[in-house]
Amino acid sequence: MLLIPCPHCGPRNQEEFAYERSIDSVVRLDDAPDVAIAALYSRANLRGEDHEIWSHTCGQWLRLTRDRMTHAIHAVEAL
Amino acid sequence: MGAGRYSALGLLRGAITGHRHWGRAWRAAEPGGPYDVVIIGGGGHGLATAYYLAKEHGVRRIAVVEKSYIGGGNTGRNTTIVRSNYRQPQLQRLLDYSLKLWHGLSDELNYNVMFSPRGALFLGHSDADMTRLAERGDALVAMGIDADLMDRDAVAKLVPLLDMSPDARWPIEGGLIQRRGGTARHDAVAWGFARAADTLGVDIIENCEVTGFLRDGNRVTGVHTTRGDLVAGRTAICVAGNSGHVAGLAGITLPIESHTLQAWVTEPVKPMIDTVVMSQTLHCYFSQSDKGGMVGGGDPDFFPSYAQRGAPLRLEDSIAQAIALAPALSRLRMVRSWAGVTDMSFDGSPIIGEMPLDGLYLNGGWCYGGFKATPGSGRLYAHLLATGKSDPIAAPFDLDRFAQGRTIDEVGSGPMPQSR
Repeated sequence: MLLIPCPHCGPRNQEEFAYERSIDSVVRLDDAPDVAIAALYSRANLRGEDHEIWSHTCGQWLRLTRDRMTHAIHAVEAL
Repeated sequence: MGAGRYSALGLLRGAITGHRHWGRAWRAAEPGGPYDVVIIGGGGHGLATAYYLAKEHGVRRIAVVEKSYIGGGNTGRNTTIVRSNYRQPQLQRLLDYSLKLWHGLSDELNYNVMFSPRGALFLGHSDADMTRLAERGDALVAMGIDADLMDRDAVAKLVPLLDMSPDARWPIEGGLIQRRGGTARHDAVAWGFARAADTLGVDIIENCEVTGFLRDGNRVTGVHTTRGDLVAGRTAICVAGNSGHVAGLAGITLPIESHTLQAWVTEPVKPMIDTVVMSQTLHCYFSQSDKGGMVGGGDPDFFPSYAQRGAPLRLEDSIAQAIALAPALSRLRMVRSWAGVTDMSFDGSPIIGEMPLDGLYLNGGWCYGGFKATPGSGRLYAHLLATGKSDPIAAPFDLDRFAQGRTIDEVGSGPMPQSR
């Protein structure tokens, strides 16, 4: 189980959070088609540390730096 | 080669001589080469690919490299369900092609894979569910795939274990059954394909992890491994769960994210259910293994992970659902739970096709439904590797479909792998 430090509420149970997408998957309105397609459908999917967007039920959005092999959370920033 | 061809006579002879004649089922091959084809990944799919390449396409120099031991990954971690009752026609064709192979697989391999077509039943919990199941059943029958819609009484008769009482947590209105579906012994599938491929001369190299690719410009010419370099005419990735990692070694990103899926098994008991029960509305599925344990599972863990261990959250969900559907399960002790890493693709369908580098191919993205496809996946991948062209059944599952808007999205959730 993950204990995720919400920038607004402090450490909370994983159950209150939802993983949204990895940070390399944000599509901007003025992206060229190939950039947009890559953001929609292509992931680094690293077997190690990756950057992810999560949301908390309190409404806070988070940027997590998390190891996908050990589940260790290395950094949390408010988005 | 050990005990040669397995037969009842061989068993009988062994009984007289104290079963001392059994040898290894496959050689412990050393890395050699050069190879015509190197297959990365010694799971069911990779071994099946090697078998069909050798048997049907006459390819002689084949190696399967496995980072650990045969069947130690997802092949040995699934809930062993085999069925083909999907909704999208491309998936129906693919999985029914595979299901037909399952029905003759033990004879084909001279190895008992314990395939048991005991019926795979989807439960319907509401009028809307029943409408959906009826529509799916019609679509399947139109494709020539068996599907029987069952009313409430028929489901109650088939599976007396289910809670059909008026105050059941999830009322059961009926179901849709595929009688040709069922379960198989997952380890035996890996072992059977390994033994059959080895007999045809395939080198199965265990404890050999791929660490990079040999390159000649835009062409892949083999693999670097922890046990030396292997030169290959064609290199075939078949590592579902770790496709993202292995493709990353070649500098390629894929429409795949790796997620954890958990399963559980109870202590073995006498036969209490002879059907595979699934609820797609809840997302819970369970059946009884031939040893007697109740085996089940549910949703993946909803966030990316390569850890092969899951959080109790999702485990609790699937067990709570199973107990609500079949209250007798609450009296059983759970013996084990475990997790596998699944390739969650961005439309929920597998990828079988060429990669952007010459000589490199991919079979992956099976989400959490790869086991049922094992023989079909291997045979279609072998066809692609031998001929350089996809069989019409596999052709829709190429890697280009995402950029071209041809996704095969069974549940219609879009490019969000965690919401399948």
